[in-house]
Amino acid sequence: MADKKYSKKHEWVELDGDIATIGITKHATEQLGDIVFTEVPDAGKAFEAGGEAAVVESVKAASDVYSPISGEVTENNQAIVSDPSLVNQDPEGNGWFFKVKVTNADQINELMTKDEYDKFLTESA
Amino acid sequence: MNEAATKITELKTALYSFHVEHGGKMVPFAGYQMPVQYPEGIVKEHQHVRNAAGIFDVSHMGQFSIYGTELDYLPLEKIVPIDLKSLKLNQSKYSVLMNKEGGIDDDLIVTKVEGGLNIVLNAACKHHDVSRIHEVIDAGKTKLHDDLSLIALQGPKAVEILNGLIPGVQDLVFMNGASFKFKGTDIYVTRSGYTGEDGFEVSIHNSLAEEFCKTLLNNNNVKMIGLGARDSLRLEAGLCLYGHDLDNKTSPIEASLSWALSKKNKEEGNFLGSEVVGEQIKNGVSKKRVGIKPEKIIAREGSKIFKDNKEIGVVTSGGFGPSVGGPVAMGYVLKEFSNEGESLELEVRGKRHGAVVYKMPFYKKSYVK
Repeated sequence: MADKKYSKKHEWVELDGDIATIGITKHATEQLGDIVFTEVPDAGKAFEAGGEAAVVESVKAASDVYSPISGEVTENNQAIVSDPSLVNQDPEGNGWFFKVKVTNADQINELMTKDEYDKFLTESA
Repeated sequence: MNEAATKITELKTALYSFHVEHGGKMVPFAGYQMPVQYPEGIVKEHQHVRNAAGIFDVSHMGQFSIYGTELDYLPLEKIVPIDLKSLKLNQSKYSVLMNKEGGIDDDLIVTKVEGGLNIVLNAACKHHDVSRIHEVIDAGKTKLHDDLSLIALQGPKAVEILNGLIPGVQDLVFMNGASFKFKGTDIYVTRSGYTGEDGFEVSIHNSLAEEFCKTLLNNNNVKMIGLGARDSLRLEAGLCLYGHDLDNKTSPIEASLSWALSKKNKEEGNFLGSEVVGEQIKNGVSKKRVGIKPEKIIAREGSKIFKDNKEIGVVTSGGFGPSVGGPVAMGYVLKEFSNEGESLELEVRGKRHGAVVYKMPFYKKSYVK
């Protein structure tokens, strides 16, 4: 499994073969605060890179989660639907949102590495 | 307003540095830099207030006094329809500042004190309110206090904790106040709040505000609470937020706040906007504020409300209620759909979701009467 890649909209992608797992970053969860509701896309739904794919809500506000990569949803994480706080507890692990079968694996190269993302956060702070 | 301008005009309460020291995440709110939350987060803060006690800095709110006798302050009834003659010394009443169209310019709390009235106004409205009040009250007999902080201690343990510091506050009943001393200086304490819990609001000189909070925080049951939890607590309690659930185009009857106008004033119809209010009392209103319990989805302010594919209203406050363990909302619906138990649909992100009209509060209050 390859290292995680990161988007400017604070999603992470982990590519394993042609299946990408997508979630939101630890930084995103820290900004959102307590997550109380999530909505994940059904299997079979297709997205272009940058398309609105899921919803995450904190006490304060609702935010869209975008798919940083094009593909068709193969699976969603029902665990974060029944217990949204899982996203706060383990955002880059058990708090994943959905998996897609990617249509263009090269898109992953347009995303940031962990170091690049950390630098992006420092610069945009 | 652009960001630079916002920063220049934002004010700080006397507790600003104290909030920052305690990890408060400061955000612009009603022209002030206020803490929206502390490091533990909104849900934990909310639950702490329901289970123990929390401190809220509400010093951004306007603390206004009218000095003098009945003769001086009775004209206030023309714009704030409460029976000031029957208000007892140290008694507080919730009411509204009316405009001539029958709308609400602000909601406020009036307390009769020795030498006049104290009025607490919403931060975003306070300067407008003061100019409105000066239309009926001699400006020379009034003061908007910028030397005073307002600190609320709310929660089931508030009484025991505050009484340990300010002996005697335990004898106050809900919506009553009295003068006390802290470090030899006068403070005014009322038993009131905006959380649905028992608690107090303490008006204290700015120079003592930090020391007062520090002393309270020595008790492990006390935590600092931000505006985020203040909002979820008041929403669960079914209390209105001005500018959202109330505005200058909505009448107190539509807002289900008929109880905030005195019987005497309603009968005499002697206040600004009373023709509109009187007509609505007689013939009914077309829309009404109600509590709404969504089945699953969080519907926020602005979500449209439908019944049988017909748009019948809008959500004015909505979010997640940590003590309810699910979404809660309030909004305005056409009168015929305002009965408890009426099933509705709320539009969220383009889809309709089930909800019911719910009798507020969503969370049962425990005020001391």
